[in-house]
Amino acid sequence: MTALAGRPAGVSTRRRLTDHVATVAAWAAFAAAAIPLVSLLVTVVTRGLARLDMTFFTSSMRGIVGAGGGAAHALWGTVLVTLAATAISVPIGVGTAVYLVEYGRPVLSRLLWFLVDVMTGLPSVVAGLAAYALIVMVVGPGARSGLAGAIALSLLMIPVVVKSSAEMLRLVPTDLREAATGLGASRPAVIATVGLPAARPGIVAGVMLGVGRIIGETAPLLLVAGFTDSLNLNLTTGRMATLPVYIYSQWQNKGADQAAYDNRAWTAALVLIGLVLLFSLAARLLGRLLAPTSLKG
Amino acid sequence: MKPADTLLTPRPARERVRDASARSAVTVAGLIGLVALAGVAVFLGVEGWPGLTARTGLPLQAANFWALAWPLAFGSFWAAVLGLGLAVPVAIGVALAQTWYVPRWAGRFLGATFDILAAIPSVVYGLWGLMIIAPRLAPVYAWLGAHLSWCPLFAGPPSASGRTILTAALVLAVMVLPVMAALCREVFAQTPRTTVEAALALGATRWEVIRLAVWPTGKAGVVSGAMLGFGRAVGETMVTAMVISPAPFLVGFGLINSTNPNTIAAFIAQTFPESHGVEVATLLALGLVLFVITFVVNVVARRIVRATGGRV
Repeated sequence: MTALAGRPAGVSTRRRLTDHVATVAAWAAFAAAAIPLVSLLVTVVTRGLARLDMTFFTSSMRGIVGAGGGAAHALWGTVLVTLAATAISVPIGVGTAVYLVEYGRPVLSRLLWFLVDVMTGLPSVVAGLAAYALIVMVVGPGARSGLAGAIALSLLMIPVVVKSSAEMLRLVPTDLREAATGLGASRPAVIATVGLPAARPGIVAGVMLGVGRIIGETAPLLLVAGFTDSLNLNLTTGRMATLPVYIYSQWQNKGADQAAYDNRAWTAALVLIGLVLLFSLAARLLGRLLAPTSLKG
Repeated sequence: MKPADTLLTPRPARERVRDASARSAVTVAGLIGLVALAGVAVFLGVEGWPGLTARTGLPLQAANFWALAWPLAFGSFWAAVLGLGLAVPVAIGVALAQTWYVPRWAGRFLGATFDILAAIPSVVYGLWGLMIIAPRLAPVYAWLGAHLSWCPLFAGPPSASGRTILTAALVLAVMVLPVMAALCREVFAQTPRTTVEAALALGATRWEVIRLAVWPTGKAGVVSGAMLGFGRAVGETMVTAMVISPAPFLVGFGLINSTNPNTIAAFIAQTFPESHGVEVATLLALGLVLFVITFVVNVVARRIVRATGGRV
């Protein structure tokens, strides 16, 4: 677009003026976008550093009023709930993708694709409610646990995994499949030895993207995993704190020493953003590292 | 398509069993996926039904479900419309600036910042809006209330805390901006190079190239991108839950008032932890309403995309 740097000669004043106005407007939009974004990042980093100490990672909020304490319980909760959600979503998601690409019947496939498409836009709070309703149907009302949170999050993660896995499976060249079939490999053998390995980098990247999407979710966990001040490592019983809900509750249940609560909330936000970025970075790196040379580009 | 099966010698039974079990395992996974996704509406409908028909025991002592749902649905729409109204022009401007105006390094810098911001959890946006943005906007609202109160939007009384629906909409706009700007940029990039060059050859200025060549091809993509952004904003929970200072049953367009309409998603998040019985059922039914709204918005957006041949 460098060819556009100069304006053609002999342009009327009105046209020249309009062009100038448009240029100013575009720059203004650029600035209007950059300012809040930079402010957000700077705020989270500077305010988050205040409590970024060892205690934050080793101590829970059990018995803490005012300053001190940490988010160890919430960190463990986030790790466990995210792992559980991944463990639920990956087999279902990848299996669904294999079905869609390799075995799908027209009617069922179209319905599945439609659902996956629409569910990508599912509001997270609705996923939380649906998981709650499902659990009420199975075990009865009032139950809050880390596992319930994981089920809610997997509703959000499954569409992401299905989409990226199916896209990658579709990209596997037909030649490869036909070569394997020609060598006498059965259908599942073709999928297991050719399709899935060739699509693996994309699938792994898709899973990482899915994890990045759910690790910062607050609303569903607020509804079904609840909040607690103590460490709970049991996914199936009792409330389980997670980092996003921790941020929310530090703000909402402030004690007299407000600054202590605010500082903990910002530090938790900084740690959470760090985790999310780690996963999106890992998604990109793994996608590049695991790519078989024949499929690159 | 079973070439190997029919042309060659029969496979050993062990292998055929393995084939069949692999096939059924994958089919079962597909069915679980189907049930899980389609189940959302079913679970909510079954458990939420008592809330839809209840006359007593609803949250806020509402007379019936719709008396509760209507003001909240209004709030969700109003906040999302405001947020999109702020985000769409900026997103279009940013996308055009990135491709046409700004030096390449600046465009790339903003792109990288957008990538980071798209990954930031909504609860952090909520915290930022509440603690950083709202206090700074409070004096602005006071000024608007003092000087523009003839306009119904700024009739006031202005909020002293700055926790208004306009603040929430601003934060929502910042939140959907990265995704929408990236989308617009992708759509504008699809303008045929020859059309651009033809316009330039006819002596068009940069703005005229955009208006005559870039905008007509990208319009539909921008519309569907805006609708997807709307779907996201209308269901966004934490930002509205944390930023807006709500009043029950309020329906009003005031932007800077100390009392604001609440949104469906925020109301669910605020009320659910301390709810029992009919209240829970009502909230599940509210979730179903929100689900239907986002479902319709998403389906329509995707229809537009498909009708125009674009991909989003």
